[in-house]
Amino acid sequence: MSRETLFALPARVGAGILSVADQVGGMTLLLGQALRRLFPPRVDRYELVRNLHRMGVQSLPIVIATAAFTGAIMVIQAAPLVIRFNARAFIGWGASFVTFREVGPLLIALMFNGRVGANNAAELGTMVVTEQVDGLRALAIDPIGYLVTPRILAMVVMIVALTVLGDGVAVIGSMITGDLLLDVHPRTFIASALPMLGPWDVIVGLIKSAIFGLMIALTSCYFGLSTRGGAPGVGRSVNASVVAAASGIFVADYLSTFVLG
Amino acid sequence: MTQAGLSEGHAPATSRRLGGPVIDGLRDLRDLFRLLGRTLSLISHGKREKGAIVEQMYFIGNRSLVFMCITMGFIGAIITFQSAVQSQRLLPDLTMLGATFIKLLVRDMAASLGAMPLATRVGAGIAAEIGSMVVTDQVDALRMCAADPVDYLVVPRFIAATLMGTAVLIIAGAVSIVSGMLIANGMFDVNFHTYLNFSMVTLGDVALGVTKMIAFCAAIAIISAQRGLATFGGSEGVGTATTRAVVGSSFAIIVLNFFISGLGYFFVPS
Repeated sequence: MSRETLFALPARVGAGILSVADQVGGMTLLLGQALRRLFPPRVDRYELVRNLHRMGVQSLPIVIATAAFTGAIMVIQAAPLVIRFNARAFIGWGASFVTFREVGPLLIALMFNGRVGANNAAELGTMVVTEQVDGLRALAIDPIGYLVTPRILAMVVMIVALTVLGDGVAVIGSMITGDLLLDVHPRTFIASALPMLGPWDVIVGLIKSAIFGLMIALTSCYFGLSTRGGAPGVGRSVNASVVAAASGIFVADYLSTFVLG
Repeated sequence: MTQAGLSEGHAPATSRRLGGPVIDGLRDLRDLFRLLGRTLSLISHGKREKGAIVEQMYFIGNRSLVFMCITMGFIGAIITFQSAVQSQRLLPDLTMLGATFIKLLVRDMAASLGAMPLATRVGAGIAAEIGSMVVTDQVDALRMCAADPVDYLVVPRFIAATLMGTAVLIIAGAVSIVSGMLIANGMFDVNFHTYLNFSMVTLGDVALGVTKMIAFCAAIAIISAQRGLATFGGSEGVGTATTRAVVGSSFAIIVLNFFISGLGYFFVPS
């Protein structure tokens, strides 16, 4: 066995770890820079409003459709178990608990990542490749305050708002499916959910979705701004951004489940 | 809604705003089924590049495996943890924890929760690759050489994604059982033997789960390829195509899951 083959695997593992460390460091620095623009606020107000509309309001149809189907699917999947353990009295609590704590924030974050995160990385990447970011600097406009901070703010605010709406729609979806499939009257559904759910259950889910939103925002801005290599580079950074954000969401979900649970 | 508005040949504004997206959606759906039909017919009698399928299988399967195992590993841990904490509130007995989790995983979650990250990874890759080929006129060059882009680009990706995607989802599902088992053992003192209880899994569950996996992977491939081929407008267009591919495949997974689960509820009783 030659030296090259012996060290090939450790070298690849090490290179992978170094590049992940590089990306995490870059994102942390970006977050620091973006936060500094908030004290005192030096955020472009028009850009903020534009991004809030584009990222939040325009994602509404897809989020509502996703949430409604997800709520229905949860009850369809749980139906055999509910019948087996005769747990009709618990279906309302089970479905709303799972929606508020896990499924709502997670699925909406994955959708948001695909729609908004990818779009954002592509937009910033195109701006970098066509030297528009350098153009901003030449006009003495701070790219972080103009491009990054409004996007991070918009994504965090809007993903929380969309999760509130999506949670509601998903619970209504499971309520309707429960009525049709298991003959659980909506009143029974609500009566089983309300006594066992606290405000904390909803708050935990919203904290989670704010963390996911921050994660998506940082990843897409970082990968967008570090685009290199012309038009093919934009495709590469979109791809890298979406994948990194998706794995980040699952890791963050795992950690926050333990910390907040 | 005045008479004048109608006589000019334009629909009234409200119905146009409502009908426009519906017509766009139906047009999208028609394009997708057309591409699916052509792909399926070319699988049997197309003439494609040698080794293209194997190459795509490597890119779609092997290169996604680590990512998928990590995400599904975390999912298994999260779901086991949450369901153990919650079921302890109702009944102190955790012996059925593993059996219930494994049943739900086989029947649904290995396919549906796994296909979402897979759509992100594989769908974005396919759309970005085909999209940049469209934007740089490489697809037109293929047509000039009398090579059918569907036969050349879509068919290998479709076959590779359907086969390897299903394989990756099965492996990732197994990983999530292992991670759930470790969490159950480490935090709730459920021993491995009690957790690994396959007694609730029926042949119908396995068939339903695998059907879902195949359907989701095929949908990811077709939707992403269609979005990639429909790319226009330079590098910005590639970004838009990637976005539409990921959103479209994720949404298709959820809708397909709704229908397959609904059919499964009535035809594959558990």
